[in-house]
Amino acid sequence: MSKLKPQKEYEKTYAFRFFRWLSGSKDPYLGEVEMQVQKETVLPQETIIERMREAQMRRDKVYDKELNKAARIFHKIYVTMAVLFCIALVGVLLMTVSYLPPGGNPDNPVNNTVSERYIEHGLQETGALNIVSGMILTYRAFDTFGETNVLFIATCCVMILLMVDDAILKKQAVMNDRRFEPKNDAILQGTAFVLCPIIFIFGIYIILNGHLSPGGGFSGGAIIGAGLILYVSAFGFRKTQRFFDEHVYKIAKITALCMYGLIGTYFYMTGANGIENHIPLGIPGHILSSGIILPINICVGLEVACTMYAFYALFRRGGL
Amino acid sequence: MDYVQNFPCISIMLCLFAGIISSGLRDKTAMWINAALLTVNTVLSAYTLLYTLTIKEPFVYVMGKFPAPWGNEIRAGVLEALMALFFCVIMLLSLFGGRHKLLEEVEEDKTYLYYVLTDLLLSSLLALVYTNDMFTAYVFVEINTIAACGLIMIRQNGRTIEAAVRYMIMSLLGSGMLLLGLCMLYDLTGHLLMSNIKESVALLAANEQYGIPLIVSIVLMSVGLCIKSALFPFHAWLPDAYGYSTVSSAAMLSALVSKGYIFLLIKIIYRVIGFNVYHDTRIIDVLFLFGLMGMIFGSLSAIKESDVRRMIAFSSVAQIGYIYMGFGMGTEAGMIASVFHILSHAATKSLLFIAAIGLTDVSGGSRRLVELTGSGYRNKWAGITFTVGSLSMVGVPLFSGFISKLLFAQAAVQNHTKMLPALIVLGVSTILNAIYFMKTVIRIYTPLGETAYTSVTFKAMPVYAVVLIAFIIMNIILGISSQPIVDMIQQGLATFA
Repeated sequence: MSKLKPQKEYEKTYAFRFFRWLSGSKDPYLGEVEMQVQKETVLPQETIIERMREAQMRRDKVYDKELNKAARIFHKIYVTMAVLFCIALVGVLLMTVSYLPPGGNPDNPVNNTVSERYIEHGLQETGALNIVSGMILTYRAFDTFGETNVLFIATCCVMILLMVDDAILKKQAVMNDRRFEPKNDAILQGTAFVLCPIIFIFGIYIILNGHLSPGGGFSGGAIIGAGLILYVSAFGFRKTQRFFDEHVYKIAKITALCMYGLIGTYFYMTGANGIENHIPLGIPGHILSSGIILPINICVGLEVACTMYAFYALFRRGGL
Repeated sequence: MDYVQNFPCISIMLCLFAGIISSGLRDKTAMWINAALLTVNTVLSAYTLLYTLTIKEPFVYVMGKFPAPWGNEIRAGVLEALMALFFCVIMLLSLFGGRHKLLEEVEEDKTYLYYVLTDLLLSSLLALVYTNDMFTAYVFVEINTIAACGLIMIRQNGRTIEAAVRYMIMSLLGSGMLLLGLCMLYDLTGHLLMSNIKESVALLAANEQYGIPLIVSIVLMSVGLCIKSALFPFHAWLPDAYGYSTVSSAAMLSALVSKGYIFLLIKIIYRVIGFNVYHDTRIIDVLFLFGLMGMIFGSLSAIKESDVRRMIAFSSVAQIGYIYMGFGMGTEAGMIASVFHILSHAATKSLLFIAAIGLTDVSGGSRRLVELTGSGYRNKWAGITFTVGSLSMVGVPLFSGFISKLLFAQAAVQNHTKMLPALIVLGVSTILNAIYFMKTVIRIYTPLGETAYTSVTFKAMPVYAVVLIAFIIMNIILGISSQPIVDMIQQGLATFA
């Protein structure tokens, strides 16, 4: 843009003065003002720490319910709303229950062909006297494999959170364990000495008879896990590690899950492709019967026992 | 039966096996198993997609000897195979893009657990996509939830633990509601298989039996899945969970985990309740409203944010709002737009997370926007990729975001009652998107003083650069050749009902 007036003439106009005032180079009261690039201030370390502490204190004051009235009111409203919402939800759900089909009525929609086939043909088709085992491990084997994997992934997450890998921390955890837990308690050891074998045998019995009587992998595994926990509480980790350490745990867990997966895959693929399944159903009522249920029960039992024990050990001292 | 029909089952089982075996291995081996698994699954899903496109109808696969209402079943159609393919590709790219940060941020002895979690996460996503049975869906929702918690907290600092606890509480609330709704539905219909439930529900709706419990169960399932996928009023867990976890986790959580739940909700709408019954319950209007609110408030929160990762996380809230707005239209066009936006958002958001990490790395590890000034020159690859992602999010032609916005607008025009609010909010939200994304792009390309920059070279980070290029290509493919994908979605949704 070229200028219409020469510079000197332009400086006399009001427009020039207005823009000079606007840009801040000359102030009517202060006179000439020199524009300077602002220097960046460098704070000493102490000041920064001091300021951060002050900010933290201020923040604490803001969120302190004793001092801040708004926070107190907000908290009250929050709690009231939460309680009201929960009551409303409970009310809606309770009201809904009264509209649901009445329990025990033979005409209910639940009593349809699905449960009929489970009850009437379950024995011939799965070979299991225990209909529940037959249902969850044969008809709906895929869901149960998913459930077993839920347990597996839960242990993985607990391991992420609690597993201590650092050597020094590990030692500390072991020391702490000795300090906080009673060692060589005569009564506990005596009881465990008698009870542990019985518990283990009972758990194994429940797993192996899962297809014949109430029970199965999940319940039997939980009992064995409880037995292991009792053993650890009584005799300590060093004695337990002679037969059940991290290595054994990993092998048991991986073998159990892989076996279940392989059996499951074989079952799904042969079933879906219409190929004959070579796992015999056996005679119902015998211990070696009911096709894939017995091996799957054993696998599930192993996995559940491992999970129970791993949870206990990880929560107690951050390692197996 | 063709052999291809085994592929969905094989890919789910492979994921579970890989997870189980990886739990006994060291870091490197677990990583290679994971990479191989993802590649194999990509190939299998692509093959399934081709197969379903040629036979033009979905197929049902009986898991075991016993047919439908008695045993488990999975089902694969065009839409399912497309989703599975997409999930595998994005997971592969996210994992490789964030691998160098993973090694930095996660304790060395626990890295193998990360791969165990991702394997199982993939299995649960595939199962959610393929399942034809509500209870199977619930079981894998559980696996998905626990795996996501693990992915958040594997980087152990205070904020991620807090985020993981918050995520767990909200997510379990969602799971609980889903389970309650499912139990009621079972009580009313006596079935767990999707197609059988749909028949019974249609009968109940026609006879006007059990009206109240049916509505309550639909509401519980919808709200449960909305909480889990972070629809607007339930999004409190999201910014911390995406903002502080390690970058691969953030990319996978935003791109895949929430999308898995949304896909399950689509399945529930179409295959369990039936679109007409669902539409008549008016829940769809609530979803529409929440979607609109999410589009505005998510963007506003993102504008206020000064942390780049949290800004991208808040942008997810807005984008999830778009998807639910599409549901809320109650038309087929709206649903197609939503499904396309699931793909487009998954591709773009994972790209943005991965690109943002490259920018923060060259800015001294700081994630504050002020520190990112000029980082686009310091890491050219990440700068360009971030720009592509931002343009796509804003909705500039050539990129995938444009197509989804176009589809949403077209769907809005077809719906007379909801046209005006949808179009207005779409426009406002686009402007808000542009404000915070363009602000960031301008900032990363603002030179910092006169100094010459030394950019990170290709040789310093070959894997990362290749991943970024792959992301850009995927985004542009979605943006340019969108018509075949939209056709596939249309075909898939038509066979869904």
